[in-house]
Amino acid sequence: MYNFEYQKASSAADAAAKIKAAGEDGKLMAGGMTLIPTLKQRLAQPSALVDLGGAKDLAGIKVEGNAVVIGAMTTHAAVAASKDVQGKIKALAGLAANIGDRQVRHRGTIGGSIANNDPAADYPAAVLALGATIVTNQRKIAADDFFKGMFETALQPGEIITAVSFPVPEKAGYVKFPNPASRYAVVGVFVAKTGGGVRVGVTGAGNSGVFRAHKMEEALSKDFSAKAIEGMHPPADAMNADIHASAEYRAHLVGVMAKRAIAAAG
Amino acid sequence: MPTVNLTVNGKAVSANVESRTLLVNLLRENLALTGTHVGCDTSQCGACVVHVDGQSVKACTMLAVQADGAKVTTIEGLANGDTLHPMQEAFRDNHGLQCGFCTPGMVMSAVCLVKDRPNITEHEVREGLEGNICRCTGYHNIVQAVLAGAKAMGR
Ligand SMILES: Cc1cc2nc3c(=O)[nH]c(=O)nc-3n(C[C@H](O)[C@H](O)[C@H](O)COP(=O)(O)OP(=O)(O)OC[C@H]3O[C@@H](n4cnc5c(N)ncnc54)[C@H](O)[C@@H]3O)c2cc1C
Ligand code: FES
Ligand code: FES
Repeated sequence: MYNFEYQKASSAADAAAKIKAAGEDGKLMAGGMTLIPTLKQRLAQPSALVDLGGAKDLAGIKVEGNAVVIGAMTTHAAVAASKDVQGKIKALAGLAANIGDRQVRHRGTIGGSIANNDPAADYPAAVLALGATIVTNQRKIAADDFFKGMFETALQPGEIITAVSFPVPEKAGYVKFPNPASRYAVVGVFVAKTGGGVRVGVTGAGNSGVFRAHKMEEALSKDFSAKAIEGMHPPADAMNADIHASAEYRAHLVGVMAKRAIAAAG
Repeated sequence: MPTVNLTVNGKAVSANVESRTLLVNLLRENLALTGTHVGCDTSQCGACVVHVDGQSVKACTMLAVQADGAKVTTIEGLANGDTLHPMQEAFRDNHGLQCGFCTPGMVMSAVCLVKDRPNITEHEVREGLEGNICRCTGYHNIVQAVLAGAKAMGR
């Protein structure tokens, strides 16, 4: 690992000042669950790391009106264990409970996962399907405008996610086909039925990252049942292919996981 | 170089480390606590698991500076003098180790997993040990050991 200057932020505002002062080679660190492995492989060489671990104002879960608002530094373990999340959006608590392993869930955060936008990460599917709002220290970004392809987001350099606000759906379900080694999604589908219709977020599958399955959404908005999407799946040429699964197989899995997610939503 | 102050196995410790020093290196190299192992460089094997403020974490995926002010427990901190921790005893009784390389991480993960859960099920133990890999693949006895350890810890 290359060396860097380490700075611990005491609050979101302090982090904003420190990352600004660090300039373009500065990097924010949440739980380090993606960043530290990346640094160990020397795939990144930040001059300074601004650690958000001490920014208590960035962690915690609140119910505000018809939304569950989760602070960026809230760990996967805390989301999984939250009575509020379990009561309002059970599928989201279940998603968090199945990220990686317990040790990763004790340190990894929702803000870090979403900022990283790994094409096989779980949270992006929920953020997109639930139509969440990403709150930063500068603005609010709708989920549909946030994810910009693999590992790319609408965040500007130095912009800090402070929270993610999830509107409570009528029903929701998430099912993934996990990579047996890492537990990342080979394909994961999050289905949400809301007052405004049905939204389907697909992770792991697409060759430009997380996406919405619009045809499935139309069919499910008319009839929220697994039967309504029988035989439906996205075109294979829009899918990712690697040693774990071919594009055709991933396309097929999207259909299967979507049907299971609907069953899970009840 | 940054200074870190932390409590390791109940003792106050202070060390000067580079920013990039991993917690596992601080433990093994500065403090000579070599029970915490390193088995991979991809944060997947769990040989390095310790407790930070009571929670199991991978010491290879945390900077020493991130542990400033924390209470850290390593495998060396579990036994009470010559009396093994009930989970260590359970690993011995159930032949829960072969070469022993993964064992410190397994025991540390297990102690955190079963805390206040004497009746944890076999399925829950298997899922709970997702982040610990045994290269000798002796999982059957490891799971039996953790179930027995959970019962013993509940007594
Ligand atoms: C063995 C293993 C298995 C895993 N399995 C899964 C899995 O099954 N599913 C899954 O979804 N993920 C998985 N992960 C990833 C895990 O969920 C991480 O929590 C996640 O990638 C983000 O890590 P972090 O919160 O520690 O962020 P960090 O690693 O600290 O940061 C990640 C990136 O986000 C940026 N960042 C962090 N916080 C903010 C913020 N508030 N505002 C702006 N930018 C920010 C950082 O600058 C960095 O670029 C796994 C990881 C490991 C090591
Ligand atoms: S050494 Fe393998 S996870 Fe830490
Ligand atoms: S006992 Fe040898 S690695 Fe587990």
